[in-house]
Amino acid sequence: MTQRRSYQVGTGLFILLGFAALAYLATQTTSVANFSQGPSYALKARFDNIGQLKLRAPVKLAGVRIGSVESIALDPSSLEAQVTVAIDDRYRDIPDDSSASIFTSGLLGDQYVGIKPGGSPDMFKDGDEFVLTQSSMQLEDLIGKFLVNGSPEKSGAAAGPADAAPSTSPDPH
Amino acid sequence: MSRARGPSMAGDALAQVGACGLFLLQILAALPASLRHVRETVRQVWFAGAMSLVIIMTCGLFVGMVLGLQLYYVLSIFGGTAALGTVVSLSLYRELGPVVTALLFAGRAGTSMTAEIGLMRATDQIEAMEMMAVDPLAYVVAPRFLAGVIAMPLLACIFNALGIFGAHLVGVAWLGLDNGTFWSNMTSSVDVWKDVVNGVWKSLAFGAVVSLIAVFQGYTTAPTSEGVAYATTRTVVASSIVVLALDFVMTAFLM
Amino acid sequence: MPSGRRGGASAKVAALRAAPSGRNGTQRVAQAPPSIPAVPSGNLVEVRGLATVLGGKTIFDGLDLDIARGKVTAIMGPSGCGKTTLLRHITGQRLPDAGSIRIDGADVPRLPRQALFELREKIGFLFQNSALLTDFTVFENVAFPLRQHLDLPEELVRNIVLTKLQAVGLRGAAGLTPAELSGGMARRVALARAIVRDPMLILYDEPFVGLDPIALNQIVKLIRTLNDTLGVTSILVAHEFSAVTRVADQVFLLAGGKVAAAGTPAELARGDSPWTRQFFGGEADGPVPFQYPAGDYAADLGFPAAGRA
Repeated sequence: MTQRRSYQVGTGLFILLGFAALAYLATQTTSVANFSQGPSYALKARFDNIGQLKLRAPVKLAGVRIGSVESIALDPSSLEAQVTVAIDDRYRDIPDDSSASIFTSGLLGDQYVGIKPGGSPDMFKDGDEFVLTQSSMQLEDLIGKFLVNGSPEKSGAAAGPADAAPSTSPDPH
Repeated sequence: MSRARGPSMAGDALAQVGACGLFLLQILAALPASLRHVRETVRQVWFAGAMSLVIIMTCGLFVGMVLGLQLYYVLSIFGGTAALGTVVSLSLYRELGPVVTALLFAGRAGTSMTAEIGLMRATDQIEAMEMMAVDPLAYVVAPRFLAGVIAMPLLACIFNALGIFGAHLVGVAWLGLDNGTFWSNMTSSVDVWKDVVNGVWKSLAFGAVVSLIAVFQGYTTAPTSEGVAYATTRTVVASSIVVLALDFVMTAFLM
Repeated sequence: MPSGRRGGASAKVAALRAAPSGRNGTQRVAQAPPSIPAVPSGNLVEVRGLATVLGGKTIFDGLDLDIARGKVTAIMGPSGCGKTTLLRHITGQRLPDAGSIRIDGADVPRLPRQALFELREKIGFLFQNSALLTDFTVFENVAFPLRQHLDLPEELVRNIVLTKLQAVGLRGAAGLTPAELSGGMARRVALARAIVRDPMLILYDEPFVGLDPIALNQIVKLIRTLNDTLGVTSILVAHEFSAVTRVADQVFLLAGGKVAAAGTPAELARGDSPWTRQFFGGEADGPVPFQYPAGDYAADLGFPAAGRA
């Protein structure tokens, strides 16, 4: 009798362990992990071109993940991409003149939204919009520019968007 | 069964496949009756699943560590070591987890199913059950089959988790990859449905195939010690071939 | 190949069925009246015109047999005469090519599976090698039929199992596993398992084989007492005439696919026919030939057949 009970308990533990492993794999190692963020607030940004930016792509500030892309839509009047990002409530204090850019992690990696903080004393509130944005850098454009201009200085400047580009590119509005 | 040589061997193999398919139908027909023997199914999940944990966990850990080392080397050629977590998890979820678990399962649990049923046949226990008006398909075969189907995906998940842990151990703790990069790259490119769940479907199918072959070989074995030995070998050989072939087919259709 | 064999068999069967009153009838008349005593409660098992061909060899050739209710009936015969096959026919594990087997009115070969299983619940079967389930303890082995078919409270299961184990003298061994039992003990446990549901019929397949004299006597005593106290009908298949003499009420001697002789053990021991003389006298040659059927001996050895002539 006790022998049979111990089988059942052991089997129960085994099944529990298996499902725990499945739950861990499904929630902690996949994009689902990016859903569960707790309370957040929304910010908007307009881009000329978002490249390969996908839903739930990370939003990073100083390389630290602070939120994710919540929606991507085309604004029919301005014909620009309107991206809504959800920022974790813990990061409330982001100056409202910060800029948003679309970067690529590594040479061929996924794209994400990077935020470069500004110096304004006022902070972003829920539903605010980034004034300064920098679109995704298209590899094809870069190569095209390089081929047309052939100038090493210019192509060098264009190829280093992460360092210099965001602040130099004003919002079209 | 093994006496045939030459051209009739193909016919024999075909006959085995057909008999195996019919046996599956018999098992499925016996499944409702086997619901009365839930306890026996639980016991078999214990034998097939829990008792395979040690080998599955050890192998998962080592496979993950090897993947971590090898892929780190390959990725560093392209300057893409940041993608280590992604590559390891994708190869585990989509291929290595289900396949290696199925092969290990065939060797550990499949052979013991075959040998156990074969010995029950050789010592008249199967017949004794029939004489006690207990359907051996419902009491002996169906619970083992079900247990295999239940245990395999769980084992594959545990294998994957240990594999990720092993790769993390090698990549982050040993080779000095950034912990955040390892995880965030993984979480942004692994999809629950396309990767994790598809892997679970695969291992469900492998569980059904391996345990079907194991119980079939055991149930139809010649009731001698030699027959049981042959049947056990056939279980391993047949399940390995079928698992790898089925893996190709499922990959082509699922991915 | 198999279909050809089967065709031959059925042709033979058809021939048999065509003339049932001929050979079989006279044979029964010749032997039955003195040997089968009139039992008030009638026959539990009635075999009629049983014909079986196994692997090209005719096992039964129109066998007729009546097993009286409440008696111990022994079926004897030389090896390979189909004693065990007969038991399998009675339990429905093997279907005969022709003929009927009625147990308590139900025709076994024609029963659907469900009804067959219901009938088997009322039959206890003792396997020659005991066939205990190696996964379980002695207690669980005996409890197995109860657990599978009845939803009894644990306390009742325990009482029934211990009662049956006490009957075979192994209550103290309840906690052992089958691997820890000697051959005689395992057979007694299997016997306890066979009677745990109080069957109406117990079949014993070679219950005396491979036992030391003490264990053999225990089994002989058990078969007799169980039959008398439980009021069951017992059929046992055996070679050992000395043991059978002490336990059986009625003996059937099978040979050549038919009943060669029948009667009480004392009657058969007198050896009225060449069959009984050979079998019970243990003569090497007789109606059952010493030589397996073979071609001409001299030709087989390579001598020219003409050399003998």
